[in-house]
Amino acid sequence: MKAKKQRLILALLGLGAVVGAGLLAASGLKTEASFFFAPGDVAGIDLPLGKAVRLGGMVADKSIRHDADGVTIHFVVEDGKAKVPVVFKGIAPDLFKENSGVVAEGEFRADGSFVASNLLAKHDERYMPPELDGKMHKTGSLKS
Amino acid sequence: MHAYANPARFLKIARPLTPVCVGVGLLLVLLGSYVGLFLTPPDYLQGDTVRIMYIHVPAAWLGMGGWTGIAIASIVQLVWRHPLAGVAGRAIAAPGALFTAICLLTGSIWGRPTWGTWWEWDGRMTSMLVLLFLYFGYMALANASDERTTVSRATAIFGIVGAINIPIINRSVVWWNSLHQGPSITLRGSSISSEILWPLLPTVIGFSLLFGGVVLMRMRANLAEAKVEARMRRMAAS
Repeated sequence: MKAKKQRLILALLGLGAVVGAGLLAASGLKTEASFFFAPGDVAGIDLPLGKAVRLGGMVADKSIRHDADGVTIHFVVEDGKAKVPVVFKGIAPDLFKENSGVVAEGEFRADGSFVASNLLAKHDERYMPPELDGKMHKTGSLKS
Repeated sequence: MHAYANPARFLKIARPLTPVCVGVGLLLVLLGSYVGLFLTPPDYLQGDTVRIMYIHVPAAWLGMGGWTGIAIASIVQLVWRHPLAGVAGRAIAAPGALFTAICLLTGSIWGRPTWGTWWEWDGRMTSMLVLLFLYFGYMALANASDERTTVSRATAIFGIVGAINIPIINRSVVWWNSLHQGPSITLRGSSISSEILWPLLPTVIGFSLLFGGVVLMRMRANLAEAKVEARMRRMAAS
């Protein structure tokens, strides 16, 4: 009986150590493991200029503007804390629209705007049939 | 629990349970797939792509549930020396890896039209890929030792250590900004509208039963093989 108890304590200690290590690593990776910067993340800090980064957030309401050339799109990404104007030249994904999530790949300019070279549409966790579109939920943020 | 330490007693229950698991599981999967593919409405944004969820979600659940099972079996093996724990761990590994692979594949197929990319190194996707590699590592380790029916102690320890990835997968979309959406179904309810959501219930339960049936089959096959081997050894000795 004693050996069994010893093994149980040892296994529980081992499990605790592994979980602790994992949680420490996860919290240490908080910024590094993030897939994108939200506008609020870069509002206070020095902009990572000249580096390829991703900017993610909601496409602000009535902010999409098409240039005369037909391929350049201007829009604003916001997260409730800050806004970043983005310019993108190319073909946007089908799900790219206002009040919906987007992840833009590109780099910041010194004036605080963002030049995107690629757009990814971010789908949120709400699924509903077409007749309920917008009636059930109003998308306000990236996270529930 | 030790009542089932005797493989004969375990087999007595496992034998009739296997066809029940497989039969009911298959029925539920077929029902859920039919309803999910033909009867439910499309999503307002994703359109028909949403239907991949009826496979993707059960696959993700079983990939992670499989490793949770391996971790529990590993603890039972190391602490209580239960003779069937290692057999169960060995039996879970391959179907667990298969469902993890299905989850990654269907997710990729969904990601192309929805996000506009097949693959991104986002927290959820990366941690799920790590889970697949953990399964490969577990299987390699299990086959590296002389143990054929159960698994070695080192493999069991690996099963426990690898379990740390499970909460990381689960929390990855909450802790870190990620491309993958946050959890739709939480303790507080579901943000998937009910007429789209409900076929998920039969497919999740159905695939889980199929998984259980396959694990039982693999455990029985392993035990039978050990029996044959023991008998051959006895015949060779006499």
